[in-house]
Amino acid sequence: MSAPDFLVHGKEDTVGVVVVEDAAKGKTLTGLSMEDGGRISIAARDDIPLGHKIALVDIADGDTLIKYGHDIGKAVAAIPQGGHAHVQNVKTKRW
Amino acid sequence: MGANKSFLGYRRENGRVGVRNHVIILPLDDLSNAACEAVANNIKGTMAIPHPYGRLQFGADLDLHFSTLIGAGSNPNVAAVVVIGIEPKWTNRVVEGIAKTGKPVEGFAIEQHGDLSTIQRASWAAKKFVQAASELQREPCDISELWVSVKCGESDTTSGLASNPTVGNFIDKVDPLGVTTCFGETSEITGAEAVCRTRAVSPEIGDKFMATWQAYMDEVIEPHKTSDLSESQPTAGNIEGGLTTIEEKAFGNLEKIGKHTKYIDVLAPAEAPARGPGLYFMDTSSAAAECVTLQMAAGFTVHLFPTGQGNVIGNPIEPVIKLSANPRTCRTMSEHIDLDCSGILRGEMTLDDAGDALLDITLRTASGRLTAAESLGHREFVLTKLYRSA
Repeated sequence: MSAPDFLVHGKEDTVGVVVVEDAAKGKTLTGLSMEDGGRISIAARDDIPLGHKIALVDIADGDTLIKYGHDIGKAVAAIPQGGHAHVQNVKTKRW
Repeated sequence: MGANKSFLGYRRENGRVGVRNHVIILPLDDLSNAACEAVANNIKGTMAIPHPYGRLQFGADLDLHFSTLIGAGSNPNVAAVVVIGIEPKWTNRVVEGIAKTGKPVEGFAIEQHGDLSTIQRASWAAKKFVQAASELQREPCDISELWVSVKCGESDTTSGLASNPTVGNFIDKVDPLGVTTCFGETSEITGAEAVCRTRAVSPEIGDKFMATWQAYMDEVIEPHKTSDLSESQPTAGNIEGGLTTIEEKAFGNLEKIGKHTKYIDVLAPAEAPARGPGLYFMDTSSAAAECVTLQMAAGFTVHLFPTGQGNVIGNPIEPVIKLSANPRTCRTMSEHIDLDCSGILRGEMTLDDAGDALLDITLRTASGRLTAAESLGHREFVLTKLYRSA
């Protein structure tokens, strides 16, 4: 099987991590679940650098992001499925 | 997992086992760095450990200065120590602390002698020590004699997905074998503190962790923060690597302690473990060199350092093994990486394979293989300062 374009850590996660250097806008990306080995496909809505997060579902402004099965912060703008989730649209609930 | 669970180490006078055989020239204070470096230059095979502090410190900050220097000299990776200080009283306090291990140690004070006479006398001691140390032999030791500390740096999302869980796989494998291990980074647990509390061996130890974490928040973060810590935790390098929030970084960080190993105690900075083999949490900064220096001073002899974007840290006394799962870092900074586990991201390597590979490189390093950081001369020795000097 071909190498995945992004990895998903936990089953409940709403974001995955791009693990290739060429995840360009419009490209259909293949994701691998680290928990059960399952595969999913999502079209990238943005250019997403290696190591950066891709939204697995439509995330509304104010929604909690889930990764590792845990709360890792909140969306401060809507992020469509396939969008780049990072400091421009996600913020910590801590500091 | 391979059958070989032993390594070749140096058994010290107090029974602990070292993986290196350093003779160090240790300054009490900033003023004594020049003399220490001159001695290390005179006597080949010795190493000066310069640092910027040691004057006018007081209270808990001074106590930590002494426990870090005494801990460094007492580390089993050190065969013998020459201590040089500006005056004899504090110099002797360090000498007496290290002497409790039974290893050779001598102290020299500069006042009323000057640098040149001090360098000459200290050089004679260093020469005697390094020649004696050069005759010590490595002997087979069980893996349970190993004390391994862990801390990650320049983390990115590949750290949380692959290189940190590789260290976690290692911890889960060696914990039942009686290895003593340590994680730290108090600030970087923020966001995952409630989960970290549940990883304690008992509610009492979990409460001890929470009290330590809360004290750090109340005494360090709250009084000193300006707006928020968004550019410090996560760091600019973390953000470049794709980490967005401290919570995300914290859960990735916690992957280093594996899936089921429980920590058995909470240590103060540089405090030596006293409850036997097992995993310990130490209250440390999350700055790489400060954390590793404190763990080294507590007696840890090998360090595992997963990195995403490519932290280049080393330590003069405790070898730092670096692993990365970031394929770009493994390509562009390969001279710094001891274990490339980027195959996990390509689906070519399992975490179990990576954990075995890390165990193998750890035992080889313990037996004498130089790490990338050692061969590149990285000797970051950074003392933790609790507050301004008097």
